[in-house]
Amino acid sequence: MGRAVPSSRVLRPASALAGGLALVLAGCGPSSYQYNWNILVDSVIRPDGQILSGIWLTLSISIVSQIIGIVLGVFGALGKMSRIAPIRWIANVYIWFFRGTPLLVQITFIFFGLGVTRIYQWPPINLLGVSIPGSIQAGIFALGLNEGAYMSEIVRAGILSIDPGQLEAAKSLGMTYGKAMRRIILPQAARVIVPPLGNEFNNMLKTTSLLVIISVPELYVTFSRKNASGPTVFHPFELFLAAAVWYLVLTTIWGVIQAYIERRLAKGVAGTPATGGVSLRERLFGGRRPEGAPQGSGGR
Amino acid sequence: MVKVGDDLLAAIGGLPAATSPLVVEAEGIHKWFGRQHALKGVSLTVRRQEVVVVIGPSGSGKTTFIRCVNHLEKIEEGRIKVNGHLIGYQEVDGRLKEDREKNIALQRREIGMVFQRFNLFPHKTALENVTEAPIQVRGIREDEAKALGMAILARVGLAHRADAYPVQLSGGQQQRVAIARALAMKPALMLFDEPTSALDPEMIGEVLEVMKELAREGMTMIVVSHEMGFAREVADRMVMMDDGRILEEGTPEHFFENPQQERTQAFLSKIL
Repeated sequence: MGRAVPSSRVLRPASALAGGLALVLAGCGPSSYQYNWNILVDSVIRPDGQILSGIWLTLSISIVSQIIGIVLGVFGALGKMSRIAPIRWIANVYIWFFRGTPLLVQITFIFFGLGVTRIYQWPPINLLGVSIPGSIQAGIFALGLNEGAYMSEIVRAGILSIDPGQLEAAKSLGMTYGKAMRRIILPQAARVIVPPLGNEFNNMLKTTSLLVIISVPELYVTFSRKNASGPTVFHPFELFLAAAVWYLVLTTIWGVIQAYIERRLAKGVAGTPATGGVSLRERLFGGRRPEGAPQGSGGR
Repeated sequence: MVKVGDDLLAAIGGLPAATSPLVVEAEGIHKWFGRQHALKGVSLTVRRQEVVVVIGPSGSGKTTFIRCVNHLEKIEEGRIKVNGHLIGYQEVDGRLKEDREKNIALQRREIGMVFQRFNLFPHKTALENVTEAPIQVRGIREDEAKALGMAILARVGLAHRADAYPVQLSGGQQQRVAIARALAMKPALMLFDEPTSALDPEMIGEVLEVMKELAREGMTMIVVSHEMGFAREVADRMVMMDDGRILEEGTPEHFFENPQQERTQAFLSKIL
């Protein structure tokens, strides 16, 4: 680029945009909205039982759905790579369907569609003394199935990233395909899978809010209800800002956990000390090679 | 130079017993890769304790051949027996049908393989690489497997690197771990697929030392390699492959002093 851009070329469109915005805002007229900052502060600093249970529900639904998604993803990936054609077809149709239709449609179809036709009416289930309503079950089922389709592709990419020589070495030692996958390939693929998996779970934490459509009282629904009735009625600005803060808290905590997991999985990787993980500094400025490590030649 | 224990096989309880005097019987092997006819009727017999070195230009089918011996490659025609058992196939009404995966895995326990690019498991330490199959495949106890692993690693001169990950090892060290890993399964036959050709020159010696020791102690081996010093020293027989066929077979003396085929002479003159 080098050359400086004449300031007018930048400024002119910018000021035009600002002017336009000002006009629009002016057109809306002065707002009569009464801010009540206490609602925001209280919701974040002193969350009531309703909010806490919403957070808990969002978190638990996300975790269970993600675990289902990972399991389905492993099977979906292996199915898609199977030597047996019918297994490949099933996996392909599954992935095709759940990636090709909106999650919202899947949720409503699974809960209302299956329910009203009495194919499955989602009765509450008692699990360790806790009654789990049908809507939550249906929500987890839909989120898990949907996630499994995406995880299938992620897991498959992870498996394909591993040198075929690894599978050959495992086989030559007398391992079956299944054992080689479990002991040799998947643990290595995990390192490749975890970063996109982190993305998926981050998404999952937020996507649970779609369960509003079947009235699962998770985090979003909690704030939505507070906005609809009770002492905080019609304070969408403060309430949904608070909801955003809580989602941020969840996703941020997950980010920290993810970084920790990635460090744990990095063992045996070039530039990584055997015992510890990759420090931030090494990540940013490149790792040092352990002494006696091969330079360039030789493979893994 | 790395010191190799002169009782290498003692670590695995001595030379594994063979059930047949003929360890490998390959008969009329044909292999196609799509339209490419990679093996055109290869037959080879390897007796117990024999060391056979296979040479030949690249693309001659030598690597493909030894990969067929432990069924890493399917064959289209012919049959291969190891220790008297048909490998990878079962005979049903006079026709060969691919065996069940479980049986193939069972058969492979008896056949150790060392790869050109080592193929160590990068997420496991040197010791874990060696103990993985004994624990997971043979089902022996972890402490027993560790003792076995350490005994073998010590004899290939790597006891002090047992806890190192492959990436922390030199190429020569990695290949020695790979040999130890294969030996830990107490195989009756060892296959070596160009074990030194991915190594820096100064590391080739340490790997050849281990292989020579194995040969001296009576391990049955098929070695695809162009290390002529190794062949001269320990090979009982050499095999020259070209264009998917065995072109010439004989003792090292025969090959180095009086090769019959023009193609063999030309090839040897290039690599010697």
